[in-house]
Amino acid sequence: MGKYIAQRIGYMLITLFLIATISFFLMHFLPGTPITNENKLSPEQREIILETYGLNDPLPVQYVKYMGGLVTGDLGVSFQYDNRGVTQILMDRIGPSMQLGAQALLIGTILGVLLGLVAAIYHNGFMDYTSTIVAVLGTSIPSFVFAALLQYVLAVQLGWFPVATWEGFSYTILPTIALAIFPMATCARFVRTEMIEVLGEEYITTARAKGLKGSAIIFKHGIRNALIPLITVLGPLAVGLLTGTLVIEKVFAVPGIGQQFVSSVTTNDFPIIMGTTLLFAVFFIVMLLIIDILYGLIDPRIRLAGGK
Amino acid sequence: MRKTNWLLLALVLVLSSFLAACSGGSSSSGGSGGDSGSGDSASGSANGDQIFNMPITDEIPSMDPSKVEDALGIQWVSEVMEGLYRLDENGKPVPGMADGEPEISEDGLTYTFKIKDNAEWSNGEPVTAQDFVYAWQRAVDPATASEYGPYMMGGVVKNATQISSGEMDLEELGVQAEDDKTLVVELEKEVPYFQSMTTFATFFPLNQKFVEEQGDQFGLEPENILSNGPFEMTEWNHSQSMKFVKNETYWDAETVQLEELNLTVVKDTSTGVNLYETGELDRAGLSADFVDQYINDANFITEPEPTVFYLKMNQKRGGEDDTPFANENVRKAVAQAINKEDYVNVILNNGSTVIDGLMPADFVSGPDNKDFRETNGSLLPYDLEAAQAAWEKAKEELGTDEITIEMLGDDGDTAAQTSAYFKDQLEKNLPGLTVENKQVPFKQRLELDNAQDYDLQVAGWGPDYVDANTFMNLWVTDGANNGMSYSSEEYDALIESANGEHAGDPEARWNDFLEAEKLLMEDAAIAPLYQRSRSALQSPKVQNVFKNASGPDYEYKWAYADNAAAEQ
Repeated sequence: MGKYIAQRIGYMLITLFLIATISFFLMHFLPGTPITNENKLSPEQREIILETYGLNDPLPVQYVKYMGGLVTGDLGVSFQYDNRGVTQILMDRIGPSMQLGAQALLIGTILGVLLGLVAAIYHNGFMDYTSTIVAVLGTSIPSFVFAALLQYVLAVQLGWFPVATWEGFSYTILPTIALAIFPMATCARFVRTEMIEVLGEEYITTARAKGLKGSAIIFKHGIRNALIPLITVLGPLAVGLLTGTLVIEKVFAVPGIGQQFVSSVTTNDFPIIMGTTLLFAVFFIVMLLIIDILYGLIDPRIRLAGGK
Repeated sequence: MRKTNWLLLALVLVLSSFLAACSGGSSSSGGSGGDSGSGDSASGSANGDQIFNMPITDEIPSMDPSKVEDALGIQWVSEVMEGLYRLDENGKPVPGMADGEPEISEDGLTYTFKIKDNAEWSNGEPVTAQDFVYAWQRAVDPATASEYGPYMMGGVVKNATQISSGEMDLEELGVQAEDDKTLVVELEKEVPYFQSMTTFATFFPLNQKFVEEQGDQFGLEPENILSNGPFEMTEWNHSQSMKFVKNETYWDAETVQLEELNLTVVKDTSTGVNLYETGELDRAGLSADFVDQYINDANFITEPEPTVFYLKMNQKRGGEDDTPFANENVRKAVAQAINKEDYVNVILNNGSTVIDGLMPADFVSGPDNKDFRETNGSLLPYDLEAAQAAWEKAKEELGTDEITIEMLGDDGDTAAQTSAYFKDQLEKNLPGLTVENKQVPFKQRLELDNAQDYDLQVAGWGPDYVDANTFMNLWVTDGANNGMSYSSEEYDALIESANGEHAGDPEARWNDFLEAEKLLMEDAAIAPLYQRSRSALQSPKVQNVFKNASGPDYEYKWAYADNAAAEQ
């Protein structure tokens, strides 16, 4: 196990290196410069400013400099917010995004699994149809419509929750709900399908024949087997949620990383673009590793790296 | 039973007299603000909590006055700091740090300013002439890499251009401290609007010791900022919220009535409107799609801005090869073929108005006190007949029936509709013309503009200081902003004379500018489109916030909250 993880971390570093390299060169294909008032500057002034940003060096030189900094953990300073450290900016922004993402993931998964289970157990019954409708709506309504609706009805009309901004736990409720809908619907659909399939397996019939109680069958034999495929879906879903979403952050005025990423792209703030891309990449890769480890824990049939 | 009732009544009476005394106190202390304001300020007075809760569209990138380069930074640096002058409610510069009017030498090149004795930094140190010398040198220092420093000071303050390109030492800049309170400024040429320029952030003073202590963190957090203006920044939750409070050490603190200004970062229009509706914000900006819904609201306002939009018609692709716009009749045809009225009313729908010249309305007026736009009138209006006549002539001159041009535009929401509308108008009204739309991100548009890699472009300009020159010098031959190879000797001569020979003669100078605009429009150098307005919902409690023509968008120094008005 330890050897396997060490090996995986080695691969992760190589992947990260490739991602950093590719993003670095792709980013420099972005049109324009980080200069805000380009059309007010003479060519010499432009050169002087680009020089201070280090953008006058040949691209390979800039690349080597950047990677050198990266190895020592230095992500550089922002162009857009002059001299503010990229690491600090990312740390500040990732907090709210992760909190929302974690809350939404937790609520979405729990509700989704429950909904899926109920639907599977009462297959083709009223509960099944209700849960299916919820799941279909949840996956098909775009999150910005849902977010705007929640905000208007629950905050503006009923006044139950704050409208927007980020000042305490009560401010996180609406964005969390808006974010949780999609994972909930996805989980519900998945669990329902899997559960129906598992309940049709022969070992369930055997269990029934042995005279086990219905609840014992479902909890001991059913759920565990139905959850394995869910983990595959949850990984990327978690990354998506934890790394922030532009739309929900914008609607609820959350100072998150999703918005930061977009604004750094539009202002050509290269160090922040790189920093955010790498952060997302690290998240994704680590999540994949966790999923693989979880597989082994949940399903003993899956052996990591063919080990003993 | 009865006894307690009487007691209660007595208590209420005592309390209410206390309250009355309090509110009376605050309105009388607000009297000084009412004096300096006029007209509309007479209707209300400051009462209740002097707090505004305002939206801000994004994070403030920097509070370093030498480096601010965007509207938000300029806005809020200007509230915590002050230059020699500050713009008042009429957009006229009034002395700020300067003690009265400067002494100006006969040739108009040397200004001697006295600094107010009671001008102080928020750490208690006096604002001195050296603070200006240091700040101005810092703004043009190539090491600072300021965008506005060289742009604002170049060609104005003596030697600024040479210093900013590294050819001269900082000490050679035309600004000297004769003593602690006397500042001598030498100009490159006579600049009649110099006082107005000193209201701009780049010209603010800086306390050298403080700035150097903060190093590269200067202006990045509230504790890295030193105030000499009406407000102080006390909280800065990046990308989230900011708080400004009245600066008690400000020389004119008794005029400032507003105690607190809270800003919340809200990027989404509908979120802003919802926060306004629930009373959490005192203002909400409206985009075109919200205007119809709120146009009859009692608190709906539109604010005209001195920002104009026009079509740039590039005469030489890449600065070398002639485009169809090298032909004057093609330019005239395109400039008159678009129905601008329909455009502002239907597509923009935000109170923007049609403009038929370059200079915006209500921006500058001449020695006769008449508005520039009013004097020059409508020069290049929508005129289908004239457009088509010019078009036929153009086709003859060019010897072709089919002309294809590329139109460059931004990729925002209304930008897409704008491009589609212009394409439709031009192709419908000018038979044989094909317009190919090219929509690119803002940054790329600037890059293509710099390279002159386009035929037709939707572009705009807002003023940097309050003077006709900020618009009129845009199209001089090889000017940094020309970017379309327009070149007219006559026009160049008029602009040169306005800034040289006629610089000291307001009347002749004014006429130069009027003539220059007429010439531009006769040549159809650009096709004027519209003057922009903003639409917003604003609580009636917000009083005396002045809309500036240049520099910071709004001035809060004289503002106050009339909470009674909001409750009515």
